Amino acid sequence: MRAAIVRFAPIASLVAAVLLPLVVRNEYYLQILTQGYVLAISACGLNVIVGLAGQLSLAHAGFFGIGAYAVALLATKAGLAFWLGLPAGILLCTVMGYAIGSICLRSKGHYFAIFTLAVGLIIHLVIQKWESLTHGHVGVIGIPGPGPLGPVTFDSSTARSYLALFFLALTVAAVSRLVRSPIGRTLMAVRESEALAAAVGIDVMAAKRMAFAVSAALAGLAGGLFAGFIGFLGPESSNVEMTFNTLLYIMVGGLGSLSGPVAGTFIVYGLSQVLAVLQQYQMVIFGLALVLLILFMPTGLAGLWRSSIAGSVLKAEKPR
Amino acid sequence: MELFAQQVLNGLVTGSVYSLVALGLTLIYGTMQVPNFAHGQLFMLGAYLSYTLVTRAGLHYWGAMAVAVVVMALAGVALERLVFRPLRNAPHLNSMIAALGMMLFLEALAQNIWGEEFRHMDSPYGGVVSVFGLLVTTHRLILLGAAAVSMIALLLFLTRTVAGSAIRATAQNPEGALLVGIDTSRVAMATFAISAALAAFAGVLIAPISLVYPSMGAMITLKAFVIVVLGGMGSVPGALIGGYLLALAESLGGTYVSATYQDLVAFVLLALVFTFKPTGLFKEAA
Repeated sequence: MRAAIVRFAPIASLVAAVLLPLVVRNEYYLQILTQGYVLAISACGLNVIVGLAGQLSLAHAGFFGIGAYAVALLATKAGLAFWLGLPAGILLCTVMGYAIGSICLRSKGHYFAIFTLAVGLIIHLVIQKWESLTHGHVGVIGIPGPGPLGPVTFDSSTARSYLALFFLALTVAAVSRLVRSPIGRTLMAVRESEALAAAVGIDVMAAKRMAFAVSAALAGLAGGLFAGFIGFLGPESSNVEMTFNTLLYIMVGGLGSLSGPVAGTFIVYGLSQVLAVLQQYQMVIFGLALVLLILFMPTGLAGLWRSSIAGSVLKAEKPR
Repeated sequence: MELFAQQVLNGLVTGSVYSLVALGLTLIYGTMQVPNFAHGQLFMLGAYLSYTLVTRAGLHYWGAMAVAVVVMALAGVALERLVFRPLRNAPHLNSMIAALGMMLFLEALAQNIWGEEFRHMDSPYGGVVSVFGLLVTTHRLILLGAAAVSMIALLLFLTRTVAGSAIRATAQNPEGALLVGIDTSRVAMATFAISAALAAFAGVLIAPISLVYPSMGAMITLKAFVIVVLGGMGSVPGALIGGYLLALAESLGGTYVSATYQDLVAFVLLALVFTFKPTGLFKEAA
């Protein structure tokens, strides 16, 4: 019975995700849904470095911003189509993630968190102040959305929603492969104890650097989609608050779990958009939620799920 | 020359505030190994409390300061008891995330109570005096003096009293301190109280000069981290000197290099230090 629930859950949620854009006819809710898919991609990215590798990177929104601005500026300044700008943005984020990771990851623990916080702020401030390139506070307007691919067009909100869902599914599948691969095991070993991992011959630095680059690439993908879908981009897309929100998504869902970040994004982002009360007191509640979660439910929803329904089946995936 | 002197003075004023805030941050890091990301929010709340007490309750500036400092010290104790104490034995990731959560919570709380607007609070010492031909408001001079006095008092407390020695001992070696009979959990509580009080004190001092607004804490937390990293995480003299140095670098850099990127100076400095010395400039010291 338990095994059945565990096997059925991912399929059920996929079916629900596929049906949702068809059921939701309200334009506003459809946009929230699409946005949720995009933010979930970013959350999956943050989960790779924080949840799997155990490194609290606070530069995540910076990479989201770089991906978004790459797509926006390549389209508006160089006339590059969305479908060329997006891979370019992802590539840029991967390369920058690799380079920045190589430097930041030499610092450990608290130092790494503070270092990446500063890096995130530098990226944000550069985006905000480099007016000749990014138009500063005014932002970039009129970013063209994704053009047609063969016979398929992405002009309707429903089509865009499916496009975002496609990328999210791809992301989850890729992260899932990563977790189950030797690299994933390596990362978890590093998370549990760097010294022990190094002692058994793991190249700790290479593993962490890879996780950082993957996380930056996913942030870039999410940022690129964000820019293309919204059509307008301001510097606040890269601010530190964005990183904290994403952190809350994965904390609610469950740090280090596969589906947790996606579920967490949908619950937190969905509630914050739908409930008007939450909008006014959003950060009061978010901040308090983050503290209460870490105090009383550090494994998030995924931890609850594991210990209640799937406890006996998924013992192998040890919660933190 | 006058511009230079003016900027040096500005640097010293800002530096006093930076140092006071960084001192609290470094004390907490030293004794509890927690990077308290919410530290600047205590500074901000201190400023808001005094603002409300002065403008609404009609308290005198120093009275308002005393109340704000005591209230924030108690808030610091509550923070330690309710949030950081339970996380002492959890992975360090957890206490960092908790600190980030408190930072978001306190800032949003201030925003909901006082609104987004910039608040102005008058100092009772609005007059201008001339110091070596330089025109300075009396409040700035008082700020410089009060900050210096409190820093000396803190140093004397840490080095000359039993309680201060207990704090230093805990910072040097928590297990060792426990072994010689120091109640390290009381030390942690006292450290949080002192650190929050220092932050609030700095907030009240600067409130009449800069404006009071919800996000005034976020930037100063980051600056304080830069100072603490430069001066050595946990090092008291490092935080003291580092605060003045960073502020001087900022005010002179902002005048003579680029005002647009003034705020960037600190973070670029931090990134440079970490790039070449991944564990900070100094080894962790007490």
